[in-house]
Amino acid sequence: MSITAKNISKHFGATLALDNVSLDVTDGHLVALVGPSGSGKTTLLRILAGLENADRDSGSIHFHDEEVTHASVRDRRVGMVFQHYALFRHMTVAKNIAFGLRVRRRSERPSKAEIDQRVEELLGLVQLEGYGNRLPGQLSGGQRQRVALARALAVQPRILLLDEPFGALDAKVRKDLRRWLRQFHEQIGLTTVFVTHDQEEALELADEVVVMRNAAIEQVGSPQEVFDYPESPFVIEFMGNVNQVTHGLHNLPVQGEDALYVRPHDIEILDAKAEPTGIEARVQHIFSAGSVGRVSLARTSTNEIFEAEVPRSELDRLALQPGQTVGLRFRHIRLFKKDAAGKQSLVETDAAEAIGAGK
Amino acid sequence: MTQHATATAPKTPRRSKKRGSVLPGFTPTMGFTIAYLSLIVLIPLSTVFLKTAGMSWAEFVEAGFSTRVLAAYKLTFGTAFLAALVNAVFGLLLAWVLVRYRFPGRRLIDGMVDLPFALPTAVAGIALTAIYSRNGWMGSWLEDLGIKVAYTPIGITIALIFIGLPFVVRTLQPVIEEIDVELEEAAATLGAGRWTIFRKVLFPTFFPALLTGFALAFARGIGEYGSVVFISGNMPMRTEIAPLLIVTKLEQYDYMGATAIALVMLVISFFLLLAINLLQRWSSQRIGHS
Repeated sequence: MSITAKNISKHFGATLALDNVSLDVTDGHLVALVGPSGSGKTTLLRILAGLENADRDSGSIHFHDEEVTHASVRDRRVGMVFQHYALFRHMTVAKNIAFGLRVRRRSERPSKAEIDQRVEELLGLVQLEGYGNRLPGQLSGGQRQRVALARALAVQPRILLLDEPFGALDAKVRKDLRRWLRQFHEQIGLTTVFVTHDQEEALELADEVVVMRNAAIEQVGSPQEVFDYPESPFVIEFMGNVNQVTHGLHNLPVQGEDALYVRPHDIEILDAKAEPTGIEARVQHIFSAGSVGRVSLARTSTNEIFEAEVPRSELDRLALQPGQTVGLRFRHIRLFKKDAAGKQSLVETDAAEAIGAGK
Repeated sequence: MTQHATATAPKTPRRSKKRGSVLPGFTPTMGFTIAYLSLIVLIPLSTVFLKTAGMSWAEFVEAGFSTRVLAAYKLTFGTAFLAALVNAVFGLLLAWVLVRYRFPGRRLIDGMVDLPFALPTAVAGIALTAIYSRNGWMGSWLEDLGIKVAYTPIGITIALIFIGLPFVVRTLQPVIEEIDVELEEAAATLGAGRWTIFRKVLFPTFFPALLTGFALAFARGIGEYGSVVFISGNMPMRTEIAPLLIVTKLEQYDYMGATAIALVMLVISFFLLLAINLLQRWSSQRIGHS
């Protein structure tokens, strides 16, 4: 079911949490709301769920073509998964999952056998067969989160909302569960919105990424679009690692509030054996314990620190030593210039032009 | 694998015995606990048993189970139970409001809850009597409705409610503070109404603490003397509580009679509290506390 939120504003006392935000979610999509804390992403999610009301005079929310702006949580039929699972710890896993079905009015409540069958199905779906009689306290974090997911799905929600679903898990489980959720989403095809502050999670998992900042949406797009064509310095800095070139380049000076960026993987270290050409820099540290080698470099003329990502094979070939002087080439840079309206917009710059010829 | 394990097995227990637990000092603390409990609780209570051992069985039954004493037991345990029950309901409400809502004067009310702890109970008794007696402020008004409070079991119950309130509120507050609002929100998104959420999600979570608070208030009510003697009127068979009977017997130098009543109360209280404790443990295990 598609979601359309129009001109949503929300104040908490005097604090503005959402400033006239509009969001469209295509039916069946998996959408990430990503941003630093305090950007309003969780508030937006909670307003979609009906756990929070938008300001009285602000816009509307539709699920498909049904208006739900003023509908109560119970009537919205959304599935919600919380960061800390919010499982009922005095109930077994099976009872937790069945909760939404068992609290229905008698006329709408499925029979006991039907509920049991549905619980079994859901346990299978989240790969927790045989765990029905455990208490939540006896499960690991990842298992608890899957129980929470099964519980949310039991009531056949129209949309699924996840608030920092992996926030409380350790790195390894997080990665596994993230991958699992992606597959799971493809399997059930339910329109899903999740909140995260982890850009990597957003980029890896979502069909569409909504970058939020200061109570407003900064950019919406596919992970590729957001990563490759960031519309503002904020987005390029938030979505992935980036180096800012504060002093500009030889043939590309930065003035005033211009901002020039280069991604670590767009920095090429030129063969050290040849006479240094390109931008001259000194090797500071080499981190090679990982799938990609990372080299931190100090630009000779300005002492700016750049972080470069180099494939391991390339790193071996270069045989860099700390303290050594090398030449750099920026394959791709992004320059943001402030326009008349005061908005910083992207000016694409060709790589060839960007290589400073010397110093 | 197995062989290796057996080979190293003898080493492990010796080491762990030497190093002991991560939390050292079990022996001295346990010793202290037992010595302290003996001095403060067990020895004084055992004299009650010793004293009654000097009585013949017939004397004991006569002193501890006469009709007047039986009426006093019934009144004491009945009013204490009723008062603890009322406190459980309204104490829960009070604790909930104090934890969940922010309003002007909250700190003040929170502080007032402790007053029954601090106030000399006789003061409370006199104040309650003044208010609830026939020409008192509340009493005269209730009298018009045909309800007599002072010098009746109702008055005793009110005094015990006053005395027991802080026990329920103070045991529940930290537990309610721990309840995550997300739990209620999760239940609401699953379609549960307010009443269902209270019954199925919240109540089981704080039920063990509620039982503890109830038990404490109940125990306090059984032993309460100071506030009750003023409001009860102390009419034999009707408003005479067991602790008062003990004092009366003592004043008449009937030490045997007094200890006989004390012993019966001690045994009944012990078994009631034990039962509540077991119930409390069972229910907290069910919610996965321990």
